[in-house]
Amino acid sequence: MAVDVNSNKYTFIFATVMVVVVATLLALASESLKPMQNENVANEKRQNILSSIGISVDASEAKAAYEKYLVEAVVLDANGAVKETEVNAFDIDVLKDYKAGLSNIYKANAGDMEAMKAALTSWGEGGVNYPLFVLNKDGQDVYVVPVVGTGLWGPIWGYVTVASDGKTVVGAVFDHKSETPGLGAEIKEASFQKPFEGKTIFDENGDFTGIKVIKGGAKGDPHGVDAISGGTITSNGVTEMLVRTLKIYEPYFLGLQTPAEPEVEEVVADSLTMAMDSLNVEVVDTTVVD
Amino acid sequence: MSEVAVEKVKKPSEPLFSKKNKALISNPLDDDNPITVQVLGICSALAITVQVKQAFVMTLSVMFVAAAGNVIVSLMRNMIPNRIRIIVQLVIVAALVILVDQVLKAFVYDISKALSVFVGLIITNCIIMGRLEAFALGNKPWPAFLDGIGNGLGYGVILILVSVFREILGSGKIWGFPLFGHKVGALLSDGTLATEASGLYALGYVDNGLMILPPMALITVGAIIWVQRARNTKLIEA
Repeated sequence: MAVDVNSNKYTFIFATVMVVVVATLLALASESLKPMQNENVANEKRQNILSSIGISVDASEAKAAYEKYLVEAVVLDANGAVKETEVNAFDIDVLKDYKAGLSNIYKANAGDMEAMKAALTSWGEGGVNYPLFVLNKDGQDVYVVPVVGTGLWGPIWGYVTVASDGKTVVGAVFDHKSETPGLGAEIKEASFQKPFEGKTIFDENGDFTGIKVIKGGAKGDPHGVDAISGGTITSNGVTEMLVRTLKIYEPYFLGLQTPAEPEVEEVVADSLTMAMDSLNVEVVDTTVVD
Repeated sequence: MSEVAVEKVKKPSEPLFSKKNKALISNPLDDDNPITVQVLGICSALAITVQVKQAFVMTLSVMFVAAAGNVIVSLMRNMIPNRIRIIVQLVIVAALVILVDQVLKAFVYDISKALSVFVGLIITNCIIMGRLEAFALGNKPWPAFLDGIGNGLGYGVILILVSVFREILGSGKIWGFPLFGHKVGALLSDGTLATEASGLYALGYVDNGLMILPPMALITVGAIIWVQRARNTKLIEA
């Protein structure tokens, strides 16, 4: 009966049994809880998308609300053109694509810092999918862009919503994996996100600017918001993420701004002169009658 | 051997909360505090004491893992081979933490998100391994359970104390609630941003940014140790 717990044989058997038991337990727990976890993650994504257009719902209602506001979800290619694809825009894991893109750049340019830096600035030619969610807010189409980037300790991500004019930001939400509480983690607080509203991603000349997080205060900059004191690296990460990602969507937003413009102007001018003419005539007429 | 065994069987008649067992909870709060006396778990005390809320959540998590880990190791204490006991303890703690994390993710996603960084930190917390090694391996499950709760509490008391100082002086808030009025750009309760400072901030008060950074946590812990040793002469080393 007496077992020598310190014999080699017992030690090996104990270690083996323990590893098998623990591994089975964890695998079982992980597999059986997976569907619920995935559903939670999907609902959180829906909540985030809705929250970037200013609608907050409970996780339990997120699915219904998302379907109610969604107009369409499209997939863009790296040049910002709408892509014909089988892929469901909602299922695209932008974080995974971002990580894969980064590691490709590192691998392709290993040992050559200059080439790596150049590749990192001209980002996005990977031919990956860029999802875009078109939602309806107060009768207007708004465009929700998922963004991902790198903070201080891990990935940061969020959603930026652009109005139907293709340049004004309606709202933005951000989240992070492991930024420092009280410092970088503040990007998920409303006090950081709220100032994004009303900022523009193009300047008056129609050139792309993106939105920058500015250390020391944005001081009314139409393309910038205040950085977080003590969270410089996270703030810089947000800037890099926004400029890089929105740059990829630039052609799409330009397309929203331009197509109608020349024609609309002509039509407006014509109808305006016509209206003026008829008005004049009427005015003249009435005066005459009077 | 057999006489000793008989004697041991008689012993458990001691009440659940005997003086000795109560000491298991009260000692770590003062005389044997894991942070200020044993100087364990300092790393996480620096990392997550910027806000009271996080410190509170971390306290609950560490209490749970310390108590559950202690009970499991105590139940297995006669089966664990001596030479691999540290690895066995590590596997038990890690498995426990992963399991908790998975369950939280599936059922209370919000809490799991709030815990995100800290779950990993629990595994590396020296207090848990320290108590498994020093106490659970040689004691019965019930005292081991109390010891885990006690040490979790002792750790949490210091954590929350430090975070109260850091949140008030560093951000002017407690549990996220502003104490001294609003700064320019702060989010008001009606969802708009404050355009001008109110309360103390209007008078020129400025938060101490250094309190947010880790070094101030160390200095705060140091101050707590100082006060504690001044009051509790038992702790003064000759």
